[in-house]
Amino acid sequence: MADSAVHDIPSVYEPSLFGTYSKKIGMWLFLLSDSLTFGALLYAYSYGRISTAGWPTPFHSESIVNATVMTAFLLTSSLTMVLAVRASVDRNAKRQTLWLLATMACGIGFIVLHGREWGNLIAEGLSLPMFPKVPGHEVVSEFADVSRNVPQFAATFFGLTGMHMLHVTLGVVYLGVVALRRKFIPILLVLWLAGWLLIPSYSPFHYGVHVLLLAAIVISIILWLKPKVYDSSDVEVAGLYWHFVDLVWMFIFPLVYLMSARI
Amino acid sequence: MDSTQVALAERAAEQQRHHSKSLFFYVWGVLLVMTAVEVYLTYQNMQPVKMLTILMGLSLVKAALIIGYFMHLKYEVSRMKWITMCSVVACLILMTIFFFPDARRILELGVK
Repeated sequence: MADSAVHDIPSVYEPSLFGTYSKKIGMWLFLLSDSLTFGALLYAYSYGRISTAGWPTPFHSESIVNATVMTAFLLTSSLTMVLAVRASVDRNAKRQTLWLLATMACGIGFIVLHGREWGNLIAEGLSLPMFPKVPGHEVVSEFADVSRNVPQFAATFFGLTGMHMLHVTLGVVYLGVVALRRKFIPILLVLWLAGWLLIPSYSPFHYGVHVLLLAAIVISIILWLKPKVYDSSDVEVAGLYWHFVDLVWMFIFPLVYLMSARI
Repeated sequence: MDSTQVALAERAAEQQRHHSKSLFFYVWGVLLVMTAVEVYLTYQNMQPVKMLTILMGLSLVKAALIIGYFMHLKYEVSRMKWITMCSVVACLILMTIFFFPDARRILELGVK
Protein backbone atom coordinates (compact mmCIF):
# COMPACT_ATOMS: atom_id res chain seq x y z
CA MET A 1 0.00 0.00 0.00
CA ALA A 2 2.69 2.43 1.08
CA ASP A 3 4.94 1.23 -1.75
CA SER A 4 2.24 1.76 -4.34
CA ALA A 5 1.61 5.24 -2.95
CA VAL A 6 5.28 6.08 -3.51
CA HIS A 7 5.40 4.50 -6.97
CA ASP A 8 2.18 6.07 -8.21
CA ILE A 9 3.25 9.59 -7.32
CA PRO A 10 7.03 9.72 -7.79
CA SER A 11 7.44 13.32 -6.64
CA VAL A 12 5.56 12.92 -3.36
CA TYR A 13 6.88 10.78 -0.53
CA GLU A 14 4.78 9.15 2.14
CA PRO A 15 4.79 11.06 5.43
CA SER A 16 7.63 10.33 7.84
CA LEU A 17 6.74 7.63 10.40
CA PHE A 18 8.51 9.63 13.11
CA GLY A 19 7.27 13.03 11.98
CA THR A 20 10.74 14.39 11.39
CA TYR A 21 13.42 14.56 8.70
CA SER A 22 15.56 11.58 7.65
CA LYS A 23 18.94 12.88 8.87
CA LYS A 24 17.60 13.18 12.40
CA ILE A 25 16.06 9.70 12.33
CA GLY A 26 19.36 8.35 10.99
CA MET A 27 21.29 9.96 13.84
CA TRP A 28 18.80 8.61 16.41
CA LEU A 29 19.23 5.10 14.99
CA PHE A 30 23.02 5.45 15.16
CA LEU A 31 22.79 6.69 18.75
CA LEU A 32 20.56 3.76 19.72
CA SER A 33 23.13 1.33 18.35
CA ASP A 34 25.96 3.25 20.03
CA SER A 35 24.10 3.19 23.34
CA LEU A 36 24.23 -0.60 23.13
CA THR A 37 28.01 -0.42 22.58
CA PHE A 38 28.41 1.66 25.73
CA GLY A 39 25.78 -0.44 27.48
CA ALA A 40 27.87 -3.55 26.81
CA LEU A 41 31.03 -1.82 28.08
CA LEU A 42 29.30 -0.58 31.23
CA TYR A 43 27.84 -4.04 31.84
CA ALA A 44 31.28 -5.60 31.32
CA TYR A 45 32.72 -3.20 33.90
CA SER A 46 29.88 -3.98 36.33
CA TYR A 47 30.24 -7.72 35.72
CA GLY A 48 33.94 -7.51 36.52
CA ARG A 49 33.24 -5.51 39.63
CA ILE A 50 30.57 -7.85 41.00
CA SER A 51 32.44 -11.05 40.23
CA THR A 52 35.90 -9.91 41.39
CA ALA A 53 36.72 -9.91 45.06
CA GLY A 54 38.93 -7.06 46.23
CA TRP A 55 37.92 -4.63 43.51
CA PRO A 56 40.17 -1.58 43.99
CA THR A 57 39.01 1.88 45.00
CA PRO A 58 42.02 3.84 43.81
CA PHE A 59 40.55 7.29 43.13
CA HIS A 60 41.72 9.84 45.68
CA SER A 61 39.95 13.17 46.11
CA GLU A 62 42.15 14.82 43.43
CA SER A 63 40.86 12.32 40.85
CA ILE A 64 37.26 12.84 41.99
CA VAL A 65 37.63 16.65 41.80
CA ASN A 66 39.19 16.28 38.34
CA ALA A 67 36.35 14.03 37.15
CA THR A 68 33.75 16.43 38.64
CA VAL A 69 35.27 19.35 36.72
CA MET A 70 35.25 17.18 33.58
CA THR A 71 31.53 16.49 34.18
CA ALA A 72 30.88 20.23 34.57
CA PHE A 73 32.71 20.85 31.27
CA LEU A 74 30.49 18.33 29.46
CA LEU A 75 27.25 19.63 31.02
CA THR A 76 28.22 23.19 30.09
CA SER A 77 29.08 22.07 26.57
CA SER A 78 25.57 20.61 26.26
CA LEU A 79 24.12 24.00 27.20
CA THR A 80 26.29 25.83 24.65
CA MET A 81 25.30 23.22 22.05
CA VAL A 82 21.61 23.89 22.70
CA LEU A 83 22.32 27.62 22.28
CA ALA A 84 24.14 26.87 18.99
CA VAL A 85 21.07 24.98 17.73
CA ARG A 86 18.88 27.88 18.82
CA ALA A 87 21.12 30.38 16.99
CA SER A 88 20.98 28.19 13.87
CA VAL A 89 17.15 28.08 13.82
CA ASP A 90 17.17 31.87 14.33
CA ARG A 91 19.50 32.00 11.27
CA ASN A 92 22.16 33.87 13.23
CA ALA A 93 25.28 32.38 11.62
CA LYS A 94 27.81 34.35 13.66
CA ARG A 95 26.29 33.38 17.01
CA GLN A 96 25.88 29.78 15.82
CA THR A 97 29.61 29.58 15.04
CA LEU A 98 30.53 31.17 18.37
CA TRP A 99 28.40 28.75 20.39
CA LEU A 100 29.76 25.81 18.42
CA LEU A 101 33.31 26.99 19.15
CA ALA A 102 32.39 27.35 22.84
CA THR A 103 31.09 23.76 22.80
CA MET A 104 34.32 22.59 21.18
CA ALA A 105 36.34 24.50 23.81
CA CYS A 106 34.48 22.68 26.61
CA GLY A 107 35.02 19.37 24.81
CA ILE A 108 38.74 20.09 24.44
CA GLY A 109 38.87 21.02 28.15
CA PHE A 110 37.33 17.65 28.96
CA ILE A 111 39.85 15.79 26.75
CA VAL A 112 42.83 17.66 28.21
CA LEU A 113 41.76 16.96 31.81
CA HIS A 114 41.03 13.33 30.98
CA GLY A 115 44.35 12.93 29.20
CA ARG A 116 46.20 14.48 32.14
CA GLU A 117 44.45 12.07 34.51
CA TRP A 118 45.32 9.09 32.32
CA GLY A 119 48.94 10.28 32.23
CA ASN A 120 49.09 10.55 36.03
CA LEU A 121 47.52 7.10 36.56
CA ILE A 122 49.86 5.47 34.03
CA ALA A 123 52.89 7.17 35.59
CA GLU A 124 51.80 5.91 39.02
CA GLY A 125 51.60 2.33 37.78
CA LEU A 126 47.97 1.78 36.74
CA SER A 127 48.66 0.55 33.26
CA LEU A 128 47.99 -2.01 30.57
CA PRO A 129 50.64 -4.39 29.22
CA MET A 130 50.38 -2.68 25.81
CA PHE A 131 51.29 0.76 27.25
CA PRO A 132 55.03 1.62 27.18
CA LYS A 133 56.79 2.10 30.53
CA VAL A 134 57.25 5.69 31.66
CA PRO A 135 61.02 6.31 31.98
CA GLY A 136 62.41 7.88 35.16
CA HIS A 137 59.15 7.67 37.08
CA GLU A 138 58.89 5.76 40.33
CA VAL A 139 55.91 3.41 40.30
CA VAL A 140 53.56 3.90 43.26
CA SER A 141 53.08 0.41 44.72
CA GLU A 142 49.31 0.89 45.31
CA PHE A 143 48.63 1.23 41.58
CA ALA A 144 51.22 -1.36 40.58
CA ASP A 145 49.46 -3.81 42.92
CA VAL A 146 46.10 -3.01 41.32
CA SER A 147 47.48 -3.67 37.83
CA ARG A 148 49.07 -6.93 39.00
CA ASN A 149 46.30 -8.35 41.23
CA VAL A 150 43.13 -7.08 39.53
CA PRO A 151 44.07 -6.59 35.86
CA GLN A 152 40.34 -6.38 34.99
CA PHE A 153 40.22 -2.95 36.63
CA ALA A 154 42.80 -1.30 34.36
CA ALA A 155 41.43 -3.13 31.28
CA THR A 156 37.82 -2.08 31.84
CA PHE A 157 38.75 1.42 33.07
CA PHE A 158 40.96 2.26 30.08
CA GLY A 159 38.60 0.46 27.66
CA LEU A 160 35.48 2.29 28.83
CA THR A 161 36.93 5.76 29.36
CA GLY A 162 39.10 5.45 26.23
CA MET A 163 36.06 4.63 24.11
CA HIS A 164 34.27 7.65 25.56
CA MET A 165 37.29 9.90 25.02
CA LEU A 166 37.39 8.77 21.39
CA HIS A 167 33.71 9.73 21.03
CA VAL A 168 34.34 13.16 22.57
CA THR A 169 37.33 13.71 20.24
CA LEU A 170 35.29 12.76 17.17
CA GLY A 171 32.46 14.97 18.47
CA VAL A 172 34.82 17.97 18.65
CA VAL A 173 35.97 17.20 15.08
CA TYR A 174 32.34 16.88 13.93
CA LEU A 175 31.42 20.25 15.47
CA GLY A 176 34.58 21.79 13.99
CA VAL A 177 33.49 20.72 10.50
CA VAL A 178 29.94 22.04 11.03
CA ALA A 179 31.29 25.35 12.39
CA LEU A 180 34.25 26.01 10.11
CA ARG A 181 33.88 23.53 7.21
CA ARG A 182 37.04 23.39 5.03
CA LYS A 183 38.91 25.86 7.24
CA PHE A 184 38.91 23.21 9.97
CA ILE A 185 41.04 20.74 7.98
CA PRO A 186 44.37 22.67 8.27
CA ILE A 187 43.63 23.32 11.97
CA LEU A 188 43.12 19.58 12.47
CA LEU A 189 46.36 18.77 10.64
CA VAL A 190 48.31 21.29 12.76
CA LEU A 191 46.80 19.76 15.94
CA TRP A 192 47.77 16.28 14.75
CA LEU A 193 51.34 17.30 13.91
CA ALA A 194 51.77 19.23 17.17
CA GLY A 195 50.37 16.31 19.16
CA TRP A 196 52.56 13.77 17.41
CA LEU A 197 55.75 15.81 17.80
CA LEU A 198 55.17 17.18 21.31
CA ILE A 199 53.60 14.23 23.14
CA PRO A 200 56.40 11.91 24.37
CA SER A 201 56.60 8.50 22.71
CA TYR A 202 55.92 6.62 25.99
CA SER A 203 52.41 8.15 26.17
CA PRO A 204 49.51 6.23 24.54
CA PHE A 205 48.34 9.61 23.19
CA HIS A 206 51.49 9.79 21.02
CA TYR A 207 49.82 7.09 18.90
CA GLY A 208 46.21 7.99 19.71
CA VAL A 209 46.65 11.42 18.15
CA HIS A 210 46.71 9.72 14.71
CA VAL A 211 42.89 9.64 15.04
CA LEU A 212 43.06 13.34 14.08
CA LEU A 213 44.98 12.54 10.88
CA LEU A 214 42.46 9.84 9.99
CA ALA A 215 39.61 12.27 10.71
CA ALA A 216 41.25 14.96 8.51
CA ILE A 217 41.48 12.47 5.60
CA VAL A 218 37.85 11.35 5.99
CA ILE A 219 36.62 14.97 6.28
CA SER A 220 38.62 16.00 3.18
CA ILE A 221 36.98 13.21 1.17
CA ILE A 222 33.48 14.06 2.46
CA LEU A 223 33.83 17.81 1.83
CA TRP A 224 35.37 17.15 -1.60
CA LEU A 225 32.52 14.81 -2.59
CA LYS A 226 29.73 16.92 -1.09
CA PRO A 227 30.69 20.52 -0.32
CA LYS A 228 27.82 22.35 1.37
CA VAL A 229 26.85 25.05 3.83
CA TYR A 230 25.48 23.37 6.92
CA ASP A 231 21.96 24.49 7.89
CA SER A 232 19.98 24.29 11.13
CA SER A 233 19.07 20.64 10.58
CA ASP A 234 22.79 19.72 10.37
CA VAL A 235 23.52 21.65 13.56
CA GLU A 236 20.61 19.93 15.34
CA VAL A 237 21.81 16.48 14.24
CA ALA A 238 25.38 17.29 15.36
CA GLY A 239 23.87 18.43 18.67
CA LEU A 240 22.14 15.07 19.13
CA TYR A 241 25.52 13.33 18.87
CA TRP A 242 27.12 15.76 21.30
CA HIS A 243 24.37 15.40 23.90
CA PHE A 244 24.66 11.62 23.63
CA VAL A 245 28.37 11.83 24.52
CA ASP A 246 27.37 13.90 27.56
CA LEU A 247 24.63 11.41 28.43
CA VAL A 248 27.00 8.42 28.43
CA TRP A 249 29.36 10.25 30.80
CA MET A 250 26.46 10.64 33.27
CA PHE A 251 26.71 6.86 33.79
CA ILE A 252 30.51 6.46 33.55
CA PHE A 253 31.19 9.17 36.16
CA PRO A 254 29.26 7.57 39.07
CA LEU A 255 29.88 3.96 38.11
CA VAL A 256 33.62 4.17 37.45
CA TYR A 257 34.79 7.13 39.53
CA LEU A 258 32.39 7.71 42.43
CA MET A 259 31.90 4.00 43.19
CA SER A 260 35.70 3.56 43.22
CA ALA A 261 36.52 6.60 45.35
CA ARG A 262 39.01 6.12 48.17
CA ILE A 263 37.20 7.30 51.31
CA MET B 1 17.09 17.78 0.59
CA ASP B 2 13.76 17.30 -1.17
CA SER B 3 10.81 19.54 -0.36
CA THR B 4 9.27 17.09 2.15
CA GLN B 5 12.51 16.93 4.12
CA VAL B 6 12.90 20.71 4.02
CA ALA B 7 9.34 21.12 5.32
CA LEU B 8 9.97 18.63 8.15
CA ALA B 9 13.27 20.35 9.06
CA GLU B 10 11.55 23.73 9.04
CA ARG B 11 8.80 22.38 11.31
CA ALA B 12 11.46 21.10 13.74
CA ALA B 13 13.18 24.51 13.66
CA GLU B 14 9.86 26.23 14.33
CA GLN B 15 9.33 24.01 17.39
CA GLN B 16 12.81 24.99 18.66
CA ARG B 17 11.98 28.71 18.33
CA HIS B 18 9.07 28.32 20.74
CA HIS B 19 11.23 27.12 23.65
CA SER B 20 12.50 29.76 26.00
CA LYS B 21 16.26 29.79 26.58
CA SER B 22 15.75 30.04 30.33
CA LEU B 23 14.36 26.48 30.31
CA PHE B 24 17.74 25.17 29.09
CA PHE B 25 19.63 27.17 31.71
CA TYR B 26 17.29 25.75 34.35
CA VAL B 27 17.92 22.16 33.16
CA TRP B 28 21.67 22.82 33.09
CA GLY B 29 21.52 24.14 36.69
CA VAL B 30 19.56 21.09 37.86
CA LEU B 31 22.11 18.77 36.20
CA LEU B 32 25.01 20.55 37.92
CA VAL B 33 23.27 20.42 41.30
CA MET B 34 22.54 16.70 40.86
CA THR B 35 26.21 16.11 40.03
CA ALA B 36 27.21 17.94 43.22
CA VAL B 37 24.74 15.78 45.20
CA GLU B 38 26.29 12.63 43.70
CA VAL B 39 29.79 13.73 44.76
CA TYR B 40 28.51 14.63 48.25
CA LEU B 41 26.85 11.20 48.65
CA THR B 42 30.09 9.48 47.64
CA TYR B 43 31.73 10.65 50.85
CA GLN B 44 28.82 9.68 53.15
CA ASN B 45 30.21 6.17 53.72
CA MET B 46 27.04 4.36 52.62
CA GLN B 47 26.68 0.65 51.89
CA PRO B 48 27.90 0.06 48.28
CA VAL B 49 24.59 -1.43 47.08
CA LYS B 50 22.58 1.44 48.57
CA MET B 51 24.97 4.01 47.12
CA LEU B 52 24.92 2.33 43.71
CA THR B 53 21.12 2.37 43.71
CA ILE B 54 20.96 6.07 44.59
CA LEU B 55 23.70 7.06 42.11
CA MET B 56 22.14 5.08 39.26
CA GLY B 57 18.72 6.56 40.11
CA LEU B 58 20.17 10.08 39.92
CA SER B 59 21.97 9.18 36.66
CA LEU B 60 18.71 7.97 35.13
CA VAL B 61 17.01 11.26 36.05
CA LYS B 62 19.96 13.20 34.56
CA ALA B 63 19.79 11.05 31.40
CA ALA B 64 16.04 11.69 31.13
CA LEU B 65 16.61 15.46 31.42
CA ILE B 66 19.31 15.40 28.72
CA ILE B 67 17.25 13.22 26.35
CA GLY B 68 13.99 15.05 27.01
CA TYR B 69 15.14 18.68 26.88
CA PHE B 70 18.61 18.92 25.30
CA MET B 71 17.97 16.16 22.72
CA HIS B 72 14.43 17.45 22.30
CA LEU B 73 12.76 14.03 22.51
CA LYS B 74 10.06 15.42 24.81
CA TYR B 75 8.75 17.46 21.88
CA GLU B 76 8.88 14.70 19.24
CA VAL B 77 5.82 12.70 18.18
CA SER B 78 4.88 9.95 20.64
CA ARG B 79 5.72 7.19 18.11
CA MET B 80 9.32 8.44 18.00
CA LYS B 81 9.53 8.59 21.81
CA TRP B 82 8.13 5.11 22.40
CA ILE B 83 9.93 3.23 19.63
CA THR B 84 13.37 4.70 20.37
CA MET B 85 13.20 4.41 24.14
CA CYS B 86 11.46 1.02 24.31
CA SER B 87 13.94 -0.57 21.90
CA VAL B 88 17.04 0.52 23.79
CA VAL B 89 15.52 -0.21 27.23
CA ALA B 90 14.46 -3.71 26.05
CA CYS B 91 18.03 -4.46 24.91
CA LEU B 92 19.47 -3.21 28.21
CA ILE B 93 16.95 -5.33 30.17
CA LEU B 94 18.07 -8.38 28.17
CA MET B 95 21.69 -7.62 29.07
CA THR B 96 20.68 -7.28 32.74
CA ILE B 97 18.87 -10.61 32.69
CA PHE B 98 21.96 -12.40 31.39
CA PHE B 99 24.87 -10.50 32.94
CA PHE B 100 24.04 -9.84 36.57
CA PRO B 101 22.75 -13.26 37.70
CA ASP B 102 25.89 -14.78 36.19
CA ALA B 103 28.18 -12.29 37.92
CA ARG B 104 26.41 -12.94 41.24
CA ARG B 105 26.60 -16.68 40.67
CA ILE B 106 30.40 -16.45 40.48
CA LEU B 107 30.44 -14.47 43.72
CA GLU B 108 28.03 -16.83 45.50
CA LEU B 109 29.99 -19.90 44.43
CA GLY B 110 32.85 -18.44 46.38
CA VAL B 111 35.31 -17.81 43.54
CA LYS B 112 37.50 -15.25 45.26
